[in-house]
Amino acid sequence: MGKRIGLEVSLAISEAVKLARVDAVAAYPITPQTHIVEELAQMVADGDLDARYIMVESEHSAMSACCGTAAVGARTFTATASQGLALMHEVLFIASGLRLPIVMAIANRALSAPLSIWGDQSDVMAERDIGWVQMFAETGQEAFDLTLCCFKIAEDSRVLLPTIINIDGFTLSHVVEPLEMESQQDVDDWLPTYVPQVILDPAKPVTIGPVGFPEIYTEIKKQQDMALQDSYGVVLEVWDSFEKKFGRAYKPVESYKAEDADVIINLIGAIAGTARIAVDRMREEGKKVGLVRTRLWRPYPFEEMRKALAGAKAVAVVDRALSFGGPGGPIASELRSCLYPLEKKPVVAGFIAGLGGRDVTIEDFYTIVAETEKVLETGYTDEYKMIGVRE
Amino acid sequence: MAEKSAEFIPRLLPPRELLAEGHRGCQGCGEALALRQVLKVAGPNTIVCSATGCMEIITSPYPETAWRVPWIHVAFENAAAVASGVEAGIAILQKKGRYPEGKVNVIAIGGDGGTADIGLQALSGALERRHNFTYVCTDNEAYMNTGIQRSSSTPWGASTTTSPSGKESIGQNVPKKNLPKIVAAHDIPYLATACPSYPLDLMNKTRKALDIEGPTYLHVLSPCPTGWRHAIDMAIEMGRLAVETGVFPLYEIVNGRLKLDMVMEKREPVIDYLKPQGRFRHLKAEQIEEIQKDVDSYYEELVYRAECDAKAPGPQAEEW
Amino acid sequence: MADKRTWREYPVAATIHEPGSATGQNTGDWRSERPVRHDEKCDKCGICWIFCPDAALFMNEEGFYEVDLYHCKGCGICARECGKEAIIMVEEGE
Repeated sequence: MGKRIGLEVSLAISEAVKLARVDAVAAYPITPQTHIVEELAQMVADGDLDARYIMVESEHSAMSACCGTAAVGARTFTATASQGLALMHEVLFIASGLRLPIVMAIANRALSAPLSIWGDQSDVMAERDIGWVQMFAETGQEAFDLTLCCFKIAEDSRVLLPTIINIDGFTLSHVVEPLEMESQQDVDDWLPTYVPQVILDPAKPVTIGPVGFPEIYTEIKKQQDMALQDSYGVVLEVWDSFEKKFGRAYKPVESYKAEDADVIINLIGAIAGTARIAVDRMREEGKKVGLVRTRLWRPYPFEEMRKALAGAKAVAVVDRALSFGGPGGPIASELRSCLYPLEKKPVVAGFIAGLGGRDVTIEDFYTIVAETEKVLETGYTDEYKMIGVRE
Repeated sequence: MAEKSAEFIPRLLPPRELLAEGHRGCQGCGEALALRQVLKVAGPNTIVCSATGCMEIITSPYPETAWRVPWIHVAFENAAAVASGVEAGIAILQKKGRYPEGKVNVIAIGGDGGTADIGLQALSGALERRHNFTYVCTDNEAYMNTGIQRSSSTPWGASTTTSPSGKESIGQNVPKKNLPKIVAAHDIPYLATACPSYPLDLMNKTRKALDIEGPTYLHVLSPCPTGWRHAIDMAIEMGRLAVETGVFPLYEIVNGRLKLDMVMEKREPVIDYLKPQGRFRHLKAEQIEEIQKDVDSYYEELVYRAECDAKAPGPQAEEW
Repeated sequence: MADKRTWREYPVAATIHEPGSATGQNTGDWRSERPVRHDEKCDKCGICWIFCPDAALFMNEEGFYEVDLYHCKGCGICARECGKEAIIMVEEGE
C-alpha cells in the first residue's frame, strides 16, 4: 500500500520518473508541461534524481537528444505539449522507426493558430501515425501509475517502442489530486534497470539509422507495425503485474454503466469525470446511458472497443480535436473504422467539444445525448457536430 | 603547420581504415577522404552521429555500412543534438557503471547544409551547453547529396541548381556564411579550419579537437568534383589551391586566440582556383576581381587578427 | 542480387551489425581507368595512400602501395598527387 498524499498531477509524473530512476531527460519547457520538467530539474539539482538533464534549445532537439541517450542505453524521458510536440513531429517517426524506448509525457494542449495554451487533444491526435504506444490518463493516480508502466512497456524486448502518457493540459496537469505514492523500494522491485538490446558501443560497432531502399523498407515497417500490434499483449501483462504489485488495475477500455445502455458516451481523458456525473443524473432520470473511456489509444483496442460498444443502439463520441473538412474527430473516425466490420453496429454520432480549454459541462453531455437520440430516430444529418459554438 | 611531403610520412600512420572501402562516394570525393583522415586519428573508440547528407547516404545503404565504428543517423538538422544525447548518456551511464569505462570520442558530422543551415540551431545549442564532443563540418559548399542546391556556405558567384548562373544571375549572389566565425562566437575552447589536401594538418587538428575537453569544431573544406564540376582527379589540387589563394585560410582558434597556420604574404591568384571549376565558369573578369578583393581583404584581416591575438594579454595558448 | 528476406529475418530497425560490410560492394566496377604503379620510380612515401578517398590502396610486404582493384574507382587522385610520377592511369581493358 502506497503513501496517500495530495500532489499536483504534473509533479506526480515527475515523481514517477524519479522513482523509475531515469538516466536522462532532454526537454524544452512549454505550457502546460513546465511543472513536470521544472520539478525534474530541481530533483536533479538536489541530487534526488541521478540523471543528466539536457536543457535543449528546442523540442526538435529534445527528441533528437533523447534518441542519442536511448541509443547508448540510457532510460530516457521527455515531456512536451502542443507546438512542442508539433515541432518534434519529424523525429517522432524516427524514434519509433529506430525502436528507441523513449517515454514521453504530453500535457495535451490546443494547437495554434490562434495561439492557445489551454487544453484539448489536438496535439497528440495529430500524431496517431507515429508508431508509438499511446495511452491517456484520467486522474493523477493514473498519470503516476501509467508513467511507471510506460517504462516497463517501452523497454520490453518484445516491444522496444517509444511510449506516450497523455494528461489533459491544465485540467489534469495543474490540479492537485489525492493519490497513493509508491516507495522507491517497491518501484525498484517492480521496474528493473533498463537492459538495452543494441547500443552504440565501440566494443561492438553497429550502424543505426541506415538508408532503407524500396527492397526492404516495407519489411522494416511491417516489423515496426507488428511490434506495435504485439505490444498489446505486453501492455496487458504489465498492467496485470502492476495490479499484483501495487493493487490498482488498468484495462485498455473503462466501461461505466454501459452494459445495458442504449446510448454510450465514448471519450478520452479527464472530461470522463464530468461525463460520469451526467450519466448518473440521466440514469436517475430513467435514461439508459453509459460511458466508455478509452485508455489505450495505440495499439488501438479493437476487440475491447467492439465488446464495450457493439451492444448499444448509439454511441456519442466526444472528441477534443478535429480533422478540418474531414470526418470530424479522431476518436469517432477510429471508432467507426473499428465497428465497421460488425454485422450489427450502433449509430455513431460524432461531437467536437472542449477545444482550446473550453469546459465540457454536464449540460453539454445532456445536449450530446439528446442529439445522439435524434440521430437514432431520424438518421444522420451531419458528419459531426460542434458543441457549444456560438452561432 | 601545412606540410610538404618530405616532412610528412603517411606510411607511419595507422593503417586501419575505419571508413571502409566500398562506400558509394563519387569518384574522387574530397568529403569521404576528409572523414577517412579524421577517423584515422579518432580511432576505434569513437561514436559518430551523422546528419543526413552525402556522407550518410554513401556510407549506409542497408545492408552495407562503411562504418567500422558505432554510428547513428537520426535526421538532417540534429547531428549535434543527437551527439549531445550520446555524450550525456554515456557520461551518466559510466557514472552508474552501466557503460564500459574509458574515454569515447563523440563526433558529430554534418555537411554544410546540415550545419550552416538546417542544423545551425542544434549546433549552437550543443556548443552553448558545453557538451564534450567534436563537430566536424565537411563543407562542399552546397546541398550536394540532393543535387547540388545552394547552401549558405555556397561562395558568392558559384552556380548551383537553385542559384544557377544565367542572363539575370551571377549564381549565388550573397557571400558565403562564415561558419567558423559563428562557432567562435560561442567561445568554445578549440575550433579550426582544415582541408584533406593537407592531411597532416587536418589530422593534427583532429587530435587536438578530440583531446580538448568540451565542445570543439573542425570546418573541413571538402572539394566535390560532382558539384564543383572539376576533373575527378582534382580534389586534392582544388583544396590546395583554395588554401594557397587564400580562399580557404587554414587557422585555429584556441581559447579565443586566432593562429593562422600558413601566413602567406604572396598568395596565388584566385583565378587559378576558380578556373578549373565549372561552377565558376560563367564569371566575368570584373567579378573575379571582386572575389580577389574580398579574399585579399579577409585574409589580411585574419593576419592582423592573428598578430593582435599573439600579443594579447593573458595566458597564451599552449603550443602543441 | 535482390534481398528476399522476410520481415522477421531483418535485424530490428534495419540496424547493421556487421561493421564495414560495404567492403563487399564492388566499386571497382565503376572505373574506366585504373592506376598502375611503376616500382622503380616509387619511394614508398604513402602520399597516394593518404589521398585515396576510397582506402583502395594498401601496403604490401615490400612496402609498395598496391591498388585494391575490387574497390578502386579510378579517380586518378593517386596518379596526380604522386610526387615521383610513379603512378599512371591506364584505360581499363588495356
